[in-house]
Amino acid sequence: MIFNFIFGRRHRRAHGNGALADLQVGERGIVRELRLDHSIAEHLMNLGFVPGLEVSVERSGPGGDPRVYRVEGTEVALRRELSRYIEVSLVGAAAFGD
Amino acid sequence: MTCHAVARPEEQNAAGVRTVAVVGPPNSGKTTLYNRLTGLRQKVANFPGVTVEHHVGYMRNPLSEEVALIDLPGIYSLHPKSEDERVAVEVLQGKMPGMPRPDAVIVVLNSNNLNTHLVLAARVIALGLPTLVLLNMADELKRQKGAVDVLALARELGTPVALVSATTGEGLEAVRNFLSATSSPPEPLELPVVGSTRSVREWAVRVGETANYRRPATPVWTKRLDNIFLHRVWGPLIFLAVIVAVFQMIFVAGKPLQDILQGFLDATGARVGAILPDGMLRSLIINGVWKGAGSVVVFLPQILLLFLVIGILEDSGYLARAAVIADRTMSRVGLNGKSFIPLLSAYACAVPAIMATRTIENKRDRIATILIAPFMTCSARLPVYTMVIAAFIPGRPVLGPFLSTRAAAMLGLYVLGFLMAVFTARILKSTILRSKDAPFILEMPPYRWPMPASLGLRLVDRGKAFLYRAGTVIMLISIVLWAATNFPMHNGQPPAIQDSWVASVGHAIEPVIRPLGFDWKIGVGLVTSLAAREVIIATLGTLNGIDAEVHSFDLQMALRQELTLPGAVALLVFFAFAMQCMSTLAVVRRETNSWTWPAAQFAYMTVVAYVSAYAAYHITGYFIR
Repeated sequence: MIFNFIFGRRHRRAHGNGALADLQVGERGIVRELRLDHSIAEHLMNLGFVPGLEVSVERSGPGGDPRVYRVEGTEVALRRELSRYIEVSLVGAAAFGD
Repeated sequence: MTCHAVARPEEQNAAGVRTVAVVGPPNSGKTTLYNRLTGLRQKVANFPGVTVEHHVGYMRNPLSEEVALIDLPGIYSLHPKSEDERVAVEVLQGKMPGMPRPDAVIVVLNSNNLNTHLVLAARVIALGLPTLVLLNMADELKRQKGAVDVLALARELGTPVALVSATTGEGLEAVRNFLSATSSPPEPLELPVVGSTRSVREWAVRVGETANYRRPATPVWTKRLDNIFLHRVWGPLIFLAVIVAVFQMIFVAGKPLQDILQGFLDATGARVGAILPDGMLRSLIINGVWKGAGSVVVFLPQILLLFLVIGILEDSGYLARAAVIADRTMSRVGLNGKSFIPLLSAYACAVPAIMATRTIENKRDRIATILIAPFMTCSARLPVYTMVIAAFIPGRPVLGPFLSTRAAAMLGLYVLGFLMAVFTARILKSTILRSKDAPFILEMPPYRWPMPASLGLRLVDRGKAFLYRAGTVIMLISIVLWAATNFPMHNGQPPAIQDSWVASVGHAIEPVIRPLGFDWKIGVGLVTSLAAREVIIATLGTLNGIDAEVHSFDLQMALRQELTLPGAVALLVFFAFAMQCMSTLAVVRRETNSWTWPAAQFAYMTVVAYVSAYAAYHITGYFIR
């Protein structure tokens, strides 16, 4: 929410911003925008992928796809294809605590 | 538990019984809680026109009044785009035909994940029914050092809130008290329900903070087990081991059990037959009703075994991991990882496999999986393949001692079925069942011990659903088939099969199947094999006056008179593709809650089978000429 406000609008590639798919296992990011159809975005938000919340890449499945992400208490597996449309801003290892 | 004759909900309502809807997100433990409350006093029902299924169960409140609990599908929100959620909204608003508006709602949330799940609570409370919010999995919350102030949360939500555990039974008296109180609708709260999910989510975080919600830590075992089960080397190996075990379970344990049951049913049928006086009635009872009932019951061992295994995998949390591992492979066909286990079990039998597709949340992927499952070479095709191959293909080695011509033909038929399944899946997924709108999104629950009571209830539930819903259709078709082979009567005697209605059907379709190299006898076999594929062997035996079980070699000889080699190849191809199984059709009808899908599937598979058999007949004919 507030991070989204600070970091600005979509498609602007500021430093440390990118797609969820670009994060490495172990990295964390703040969800900024879901560039997806309304119903898919809605479903992801119901699972916790809400702009402003922190998402971490927990692990990758064998072969690297799908990968398992964690938002708050939920772990969700997504294909890379979908995670390309979830914009995040990278969080430094100790930048924003839980 | 007292045993009651379960009346229809509308009758119950006439008697003034309160109905209470139970809603909650998937993975909130809603079903376990529901089972704990109602036990065996529940039944499955479908809403008209939708695939969504719900349970109606009964329990007594402390005033000994009967209360009907309606278990709605697991939903995250009340977003009307998904069928599950639309159904939930319609029921809660009293707009579902044949279902009165519930008097109250119980919302089951996972207390490990409160901020996310409060979004659903907000939406439901806003509907204005008296609501009880249950924070389930209290035992896990405490064990993992989480906390929540229930009273503060109740104040924020304007509804009663209770911390419960469906696993241990902790706190469930809150439910009984809620059901006896004359609860009033919630105070109209300032809930941001008209807002976007995002604003409701922000509201949920604030409410969580006010209620001093502390999210529990991730169970350390889940991380440890995932390090193994999703390991890049061990993960797939363990997956393969599990798959082999599932497959073995159905084939090695299920098939013999099925044979034993079949033997028992035949023996009982014969014994009952010996008591009854000779005549049409005996024939109807033994060959119509009893055989029909038998052909339903024999599926039970496989269905129950498969559901036991899948239930354990699902409840333990492994199924979600298996789906992640299988997903890469399945995505090539346009399906997702969750289709893997149902498709694999279709190699034993399509009936349990189709019932197993209910673990696939994505409706389109589920339908696609149902539609392609019958192409997998099931065990009922094996006797047909074995006999035709033995009759027409000489056993010569192809690859030294490793592969004979016959084994190669058998393998070829397996491959053929698989390829057609893949082809069909691709077509479906790029046309009518495109899943662009519903991509692979899979919640990974923590690992848990499966609860035997919960597993047992699900087995009873599935077994009952199969027997009642699919069983009645199978039974009806069996009786029709019996009538077709036993009429028209001559002097009060059933005709020889050559003179029966089924033979007339065989003659009638002969012009259609002639181009495939089949004569009317094969035609009769195609009709009777609708009961079950292997029945064609017994039918051809009867038509040729040979006991197929005892003199299979004689039957092979007779078949060679009947069919040419191209015709035999066409017959094999036809059986590989055709939907020659009324039990499968009945189950598809039951699982999709419509006749459209089974009808479309039957038509599609028959056309594919016909065209392929025609091609096979002419190609083989060209080569041997």
